[in-house]
Amino acid sequence: MAAISMRLPEFRKPVVPSVSRGEEKHLVLPGDTITTDTGYMRGHGTYVEDEKLIASVAGIVERVNKLVCVRPMNTRYNGEVGDIVVGRITEVQQKRWKVETNARLDSVLLLSSINLPGGELRRRSAEDELAMRDYLQEGDLISAEVQSIFSDGAVSLHTRSLKYGKLGQGVLVEVSPSLVKRQKTHFHDLPCGASIILGTNGFIWIYPTPEQKDGDAGGFTTSTEPVPLSDREVISRLRNCVVALVAQKLMLFDTSILYCYEASLPHQIKDILQPEVMEKIVLETRQRLLDLEG
Amino acid sequence: MASVVLSEPEKIYILHGVQEDLRVDGRGCEDYRCAEVETDVVSNTSGSARVKLGHTDILVGVKAEMGTPKLEKPDEGYLEFFVDCSANATLEFEARGGEELGSELGNTLYRVFSSDKSIDLKSLCINPRENCWILYVDVLLLECGGNLFDAISLAVKAALFNTRIPKVRVLEDEEGSKEIEMSDDPYDCIRLNVEDVPCIVTLNKIGYRHVVDATLEEEACSLAGLLVSVTSKGALTSVRKVGKGSLDPESIFEMMETGKRVGKALHAALQKILDEEESLGSSRQKVGFLG
Repeated sequence: MAAISMRLPEFRKPVVPSVSRGEEKHLVLPGDTITTDTGYMRGHGTYVEDEKLIASVAGIVERVNKLVCVRPMNTRYNGEVGDIVVGRITEVQQKRWKVETNARLDSVLLLSSINLPGGELRRRSAEDELAMRDYLQEGDLISAEVQSIFSDGAVSLHTRSLKYGKLGQGVLVEVSPSLVKRQKTHFHDLPCGASIILGTNGFIWIYPTPEQKDGDAGGFTTSTEPVPLSDREVISRLRNCVVALVAQKLMLFDTSILYCYEASLPHQIKDILQPEVMEKIVLETRQRLLDLEG
Repeated sequence: MASVVLSEPEKIYILHGVQEDLRVDGRGCEDYRCAEVETDVVSNTSGSARVKLGHTDILVGVKAEMGTPKLEKPDEGYLEFFVDCSANATLEFEARGGEELGSELGNTLYRVFSSDKSIDLKSLCINPRENCWILYVDVLLLECGGNLFDAISLAVKAALFNTRIPKVRVLEDEEGSKEIEMSDDPYDCIRLNVEDVPCIVTLNKIGYRHVVDATLEEEACSLAGLLVSVTSKGALTSVRKVGKGSLDPESIFEMMETGKRVGKALHAALQKILDEEESLGSSRQKVGFLG
């Protein structure tokens, strides 16, 4: 009854680079010379040695007029105003919460930036401050939007819309922020039967599609009803597909996840995480995405 | 132990999933994650092994050294365990944070191997009361992704299987003084019989059921668990309860039965992969750490 599979390790195969559209990206590794022209200003990720501009991180070279910088691929989340993020509350402080968003500094959620239950619009009083823990506790997951960025780089979040707020039952997958494609909307109701939030900070939240939209709940009441088995299977399969796409370094967006889900249907859910199956379904997904563009 | 913080709804989701035998990654309650095993990864040891179980990465090195036997067992060698939780494994192991966990893991290993029949210690004796082989088993935690005990015990068994102890001869002079001579041939060595070496199976109780090979998130949802060490024939060498919650006696019995069943399957799978690796011989490409 117990399924135990063991294998010998294999060398990692180099990931096939996808056909590039437009200009070639200038990829550098730490120590690579970017340019020997001294007229350029050095930006983030570069340093000057022997009159050469050398990269200090692995990433893509970006040039803006005379400024050269290297944008690293595997990095912490750098917030931009308007991004949708999924975060976990780490601390409850006076008039604000500290949220972990995989950034260099903890993000901040001010008490004045949340929607009070019942949709009230009023000045936050001392009682609201004392009742902060009733709304959001340590460990809770929220979906929010970046409102502004402090001077030290810390991100300030707000949940001032009914689509943001505390998240209920579901599964969180943590990936690198550079793998999440920036799109018009990050909330998707996938046709396979589950919903997904692609946080730009790399936190992917997969949850069962809610039956009716609770308009006035304000996103603070979470259901403790058991999720039906059919929904669970879809969610587990999606979670494994996301892990497979990340392992093969494919960008995450609704279409790629959906194609990967469809490619994985012939396999059992737990088999998706085996290296051969992972390669096979991601290859199929890549093929379908290329056909879509071409 | 490394832990993640989860929200209440997430814990409820995991709990209900386990009751229906469908965990977050699609596994059943008695399924293990895909494991990667490789032996002979560290060149200056007598035997070594590396086991990767999901996100858990364990490296074990065995060094055989000559020493004096213990007073109460003069004609046997012995094993010494040491577990080092690398600071790279998880944030909590920074500086001396991993010492407590390391000593707990070490003590568990001593207990698991406390039975006389696990390893033939008499074969490690060279001269009774004077010389014997001491096997220093060093475990290094490279990454902590849940279920440390199982992964460590698998790696220890694989490393002991890989251990090669040089053959020695005892020469007696006319005066009666003994000299120990080691053979010149580096391939002339004795191997250990690891048939009865036990493996640990951790069973975590989540709700009304128990799961095997829990991830960090599942460990955060379980309040109590049972650590069972099983040999390949299904005999238990030690049982220990972990966690701050309580277990009722019936579930302990059920968990022990599951542990025996899963343990036998674990041994079979490990032995198969070790034999496969051995049969490849020198043609096997060593992957090591740079693959």
